Amino acid sequence: MSGIGSGITGEMKEMTYAFPIEGGDFIKAGHASSNIKKILNQLSLDPAIIRRIAVAMYEAEVNVVAHAYRGSMKVFISPEKIRVRVEDEGPGIPDIEKAMQEGYSTASEKVREMGFGAGMGLSNIKKNTDKLDIRSTINKGTVVEMTTFTKPKEA
Amino acid sequence: MKIADIVRITNGKVVCGNETAEKEITHAFSSDLLSDVLTINRVGILLITGVANLQTIRTAEMAEVACVLIVRNKKVTQEMIDLAKENGLMIIESPGSMFGTSGKLYENGIKPLY
Repeated sequence: MSGIGSGITGEMKEMTYAFPIEGGDFIKAGHASSNIKKILNQLSLDPAIIRRIAVAMYEAEVNVVAHAYRGSMKVFISPEKIRVRVEDEGPGIPDIEKAMQEGYSTASEKVREMGFGAGMGLSNIKKNTDKLDIRSTINKGTVVEMTTFTKPKEA
Repeated sequence: MKIADIVRITNGKVVCGNETAEKEITHAFSSDLLSDVLTINRVGILLITGVANLQTIRTAEMAEVACVLIVRNKKVTQEMIDLAKENGLMIIESPGSMFGTSGKLYENGIKPLY
């Protein structure tokens, strides 16, 4: 398991781990998410929260493998929240709003044969995270940032 | 329902995991679309699928599926078995169709998710 160490931000300690993602490699797809899930399993987190993060991470990782050339997945762990940042070098998303719609997909036949590419990924990511931020530049790449709060928010 | 009963009813064969496991399966989901499997909100289920690739196992890992039943006589690869072992996942192969297999299990008390 390779991490890039932990950083101290203010009085709060934040742990950071990073894993590469290879575009088009459906053998390794899920490797980054699996590693991060194993890290999260070692923390005293609600298993339901870990599962939601795992599903969201994996959807995002499959998106990078399906659409981009290469990318990375970073997780920032603090007592209050788990933030996962998935960054890729790729074609970018021309219309994010459209891409968020269930059933809209530009996935290849190969991706569909694997059992993905139904246009469900981004909406499922949204469903499984507390905060979702997507930024994309055409012919450059996409950044998906997913935040999950570790404790229920006070009313 | 115990794994041994699932194996008997579906005329299946355990290719990863222990057939005599005491694990109790109550619910199943049948799908060839892994994206749909990732939307289910119950853990510890039986996944019935004809998609036999590494991502089937990754999806089961993320969704915390207990056992994958591969239908239509599709064969799992050693890589799939290795990854399943790493995650404590059971795999059964069955020669039946998805509809037939699902029907037999439903008839014997396995519940759908919705």
